Amino acid sequence: MSRGRDYLEVRGLTVDFDGFKAVDGVDLTLLQGRLHFLIGPNGAGKTTLVDALTGLVPGTGLARYGAHDLLGLKPHRIVRAGVGRTFQTATVFEELSVLQNLDIAGGVHRRAWQLALPRRGVPAYVDDALDAIGLGDLRDRPAGVLAHGQKQWLEIGMLLVQDARVMLLDEPVAGMSAEEREATGELLQRIGRERTIVVIEHDMEFVRRFADTVTVMHAGRVLTEGTVAEVQADERVQEVYLGRTTDAVGVDPEAVAAEAAGEGA
Amino acid sequence: MSAARRTPLATALRGWGGLLGIALLALALLVVAPAVLSDFRLGNLGKYCCWAIAAVGIGLAWGRGGMLVMGQGVFFGIGGYAMAMHLKLEAAGPGNVPDFMQLYGDGTMPGWWEPFRSGAFTLVAIVVLPALVALVLGYAILKRRVRGAYFAILNQALAVTFATLLVATIKQTGGFNGLNSFPTFFGYNLYDPVNKQMIYSIAAGLLIACLLVVWHLGRSRFGELLVATRDAEERVRFLGHDPANIKLVAFVAAAVMASIGGAMFAPIAGIISPSDVNAAASILLIAGVALGGRASLLGPALGAIAVGYGQSALSESFPNHWSYFQGALFIVVILLIPAGLASLPPRLWAALPRRGRTRKAATA
Repeated sequence: MSRGRDYLEVRGLTVDFDGFKAVDGVDLTLLQGRLHFLIGPNGAGKTTLVDALTGLVPGTGLARYGAHDLLGLKPHRIVRAGVGRTFQTATVFEELSVLQNLDIAGGVHRRAWQLALPRRGVPAYVDDALDAIGLGDLRDRPAGVLAHGQKQWLEIGMLLVQDARVMLLDEPVAGMSAEEREATGELLQRIGRERTIVVIEHDMEFVRRFADTVTVMHAGRVLTEGTVAEVQADERVQEVYLGRTTDAVGVDPEAVAAEAAGEGA
Repeated sequence: MSAARRTPLATALRGWGGLLGIALLALALLVVAPAVLSDFRLGNLGKYCCWAIAAVGIGLAWGRGGMLVMGQGVFFGIGGYAMAMHLKLEAAGPGNVPDFMQLYGDGTMPGWWEPFRSGAFTLVAIVVLPALVALVLGYAILKRRVRGAYFAILNQALAVTFATLLVATIKQTGGFNGLNSFPTFFGYNLYDPVNKQMIYSIAAGLLIACLLVVWHLGRSRFGELLVATRDAEERVRFLGHDPANIKLVAFVAAAVMASIGGAMFAPIAGIISPSDVNAAASILLIAGVALGGRASLLGPALGAIAVGYGQSALSESFPNHWSYFQGALFIVVILLIPAGLASLPPRLWAALPRRGRTRKAATA
């Protein structure tokens, strides 16, 4: 219904770490209903960009979502505003069951005093998320025993439960098998129709298969933006990935090397 | 749907087993102990129950919430002194001034003593005062994301400050001697063994009530969130909660419990003094909780009772060396059973019948 109406607008976003600009004047418009991929070499500032949008590091500029400027909100307020994220390493609560992990993410559906009550039954929004991520058979297992890929799905399920309209996913398919990647991509396509989804990714195969829009970042800036074909045809992108980066965005090669060494892990 | 109905046995045991444990403890404290113990021993057990009440709160804040509350003596003292002030005024009679003020001072009473003439005010103050203090302190500390050792040191410093303040204000609080000799408790003669037993029963009952509160919190969504905050505070932020608020609730609840423990301690022990609320007393509470098992339901209470009993028994035989035992005990627990005695039965249980259970699970 509201497809395409909801969007996250980023203007001039800059993250400055003591003079080093990890993100440097980034402009992005992220539309609902498309799978956005954010790619770029290590140290390009992709994760830092997401960190700034979710309140983990302070940024300057503007990140408007609905009536909010995300840059002025605390992390939990950003979540309440409908913007959620996952992390490179899955951070589910290992001792809680799959069901409990999903349930604990449902704070947006509850008033504070309701926290004093025990869980009774399974709320509809938890059931829906469980169905969407396909972990129904494992609902009572502790999350700690899940396979790596299943943990990432559980995290995506937690975002569904917390009603995230914007999902920022940091390398969700890293370490997954080919079938798991395929399943993840299809899951993102399914849930992405009514949401704004941004995926940080290194695996170009996965990007080619599922991306609607690709943004290439390099040295804290947006290098180029477009469909997979457009981006692949861009010479500067090829140069960045081959390492000949000097002229691409007019930065000092030593700075790039230092950045890669510092953030290259 | 069939999977939905099948509650795992372990979860059910954890939930209702806790209630069973509380019921057994209630039976032991409220029925068995008064029948078999002498008045003197029962009075001692009453003191241990007061420490146990504070320990239950520590179990919540430290065991479940991850906040090492090393200064619970402050809140124990707030409740203890509030109650003791009322009892002193009750002993002095209407319009009169507590005896020690005539002894140490000029016989005039500070204005802030006056409201404690009212029993109702005192009872409310025992709950509200520590809650307010904990709310203000906790807000200032937790919102600034002070945690770990810094949180513990800050708490410990509060206990030191509080005790020092009490010692320094002899004219207002009885100083080093504290407040003592209470002949009556809300009109009941405290020299009458029947009334002593009644006060013991109130303390034991309050301990059971606090355990029920913590049991309920453990089952609630708040309980899950508190443990989640302990284990991954940053992650909880990205669930849309401010972890500081979650911890604040546990901190305030623990403070109120400590205060209730202190309030019952004063009439049972017949005295409340700076040495009952200082840093050493605070650490003794922590030691009991560590011994019993800080994250378990009954561990903190049983641990505190055990430490109290050990203190009495050993100090009767070795009056000057009890503190060495205490230190050794703490070291042994931390080294050998960091999760406390409560972790031993589950570990044994896990070691023994595992085969039978997995077979059952496989056929189910």
